[in-house]
Amino acid sequence: MDIQQNESGLPSLPGQFEPVRVGRRLFLRFAGALTAGGALLSACKDEENPTTVLATVDLGSGDVGILNYAYALEQLEAAFYEQVIANPYSGMTTEETQILTDLRDHEVIHREFFKAALSTNAIGSLTPNFSGINFRDRTSVLNTAKAFEDLGVAAYNGAGNLIKDVTYLAIAGKIVSVEARHAAAIRDLINPKSADFAGDDVVTPSTGLDPATKPSGVLPTAQRFVRTPISGVNLPTA
Amino acid sequence: MDFIKLISDIEQVDADASERLSFYTRRNLFKLGSRVAAAAIPTVVAGALNEVLAQSSAAIDVAKYALTLEYLEDDFYQKGLAASGLIPSSDRTIFSQISKHETAHVALLQGALGAAAIAKPTFKYPTGTFTSYQTFVATARILEDTGVAAYKGQAGALINDKNLLQVALQIHSVEARHASEVRRLAGLKGWVTDSSNTTLTQGGVNLKTLTGKSDEAIKGAFDEPLTSAQVLAIAAPFL
Repeated sequence: MDIQQNESGLPSLPGQFEPVRVGRRLFLRFAGALTAGGALLSACKDEENPTTVLATVDLGSGDVGILNYAYALEQLEAAFYEQVIANPYSGMTTEETQILTDLRDHEVIHREFFKAALSTNAIGSLTPNFSGINFRDRTSVLNTAKAFEDLGVAAYNGAGNLIKDVTYLAIAGKIVSVEARHAAAIRDLINPKSADFAGDDVVTPSTGLDPATKPSGVLPTAQRFVRTPISGVNLPTA
Repeated sequence: MDFIKLISDIEQVDADASERLSFYTRRNLFKLGSRVAAAAIPTVVAGALNEVLAQSSAAIDVAKYALTLEYLEDDFYQKGLAASGLIPSSDRTIFSQISKHETAHVALLQGALGAAAIAKPTFKYPTGTFTSYQTFVATARILEDTGVAAYKGQAGALINDKNLLQVALQIHSVEARHASEVRRLAGLKGWVTDSSNTTLTQGGVNLKTLTGKSDEAIKGAFDEPLTSAQVLAIAAPFL
């Protein structure tokens, strides 16, 4: 993995992305489609990483598509925490090390589960883009973890009713609450003993509901952290 | 009260529900139009759910079951917050936030069920629940972990009720946030790693062989569901 580090700021929270992102995403999808069609694009370059454009990964359709969608998110989370534990920020406390190690293990287990369950239908390994994360900085790492965990919760909540097979629905249910447990713990590390573990910024106070976001809302946010272009155009929408 | 009878009632089809739930029609919702304020959101969500509930006895059963659990949680936290000297000031923010959500969940489910909503049961609590903080936190831990497992256990029953399934999941993950926080207050990890979860295999995949991770990590990575009968056994001391 060629993960770069800089101090150019924090990742956006779920749902936040700059207008320019849509154009770039469409471009990448277009570029990916060309690549998939056999044409090799070599003149294009990413603004941060001058490199060959990676082929677009199509998540697929039906339950396989949703499982690949989950697999993609788990790949992202697992890669992030592997990097966090491999390069701990200075001053990481014993409690923080224990929690972040558990989270790494859980996300790796989730990732490997989906890969095995999908078998030959599994998408390949995605190349992460963590250039916006400063792994040396506690605030950057924990805010990224918060964004990933909240995104995961919203994504699984939104994907649940797109799943047809009751066994897969049950497994998604077993995972989403673990992501929510993670989110609460990370949020409490950032602001201990506050209401943030289930804060008004994420849980709507009047309903007591976490967000549920469909893949079309989740993928643009996830794409910010993944170099490999991901296409969810064939995923179920209802 | 007779909890066995309550469960039995919950499992009966409410033949008249469709008619009695008709207050929240789509037309009524649209009438609200742009005047819908934040405060009206529970009604709007409940109204959207109402259409599902009016068509599905399975959905009504699950909503009643969920309402019973939310009544218990809401009652528990309100009593806890009202008990003088119980919750240290350092932890009041946490329990106030949880209590706020449980109250919202009760209102949401009551609104969704309309006239089919069951009345709030009278609950009883084991000795010391509201006089020993340690007991209070331990009880909160049980209620939250059980709530997570109870919602999870109903997901399959809602697979054809897409709107209610999504709302149930949206409640379920909030309960999991609560559970994590309360477990950590009790000196536990935020995720369930104890012996109540015995499986190292998910969906036919042996995760031990696959990943080589510790048993504790594998157990903690997947939350297990509880059936309504298992939840009943856990809830029995409160009823």
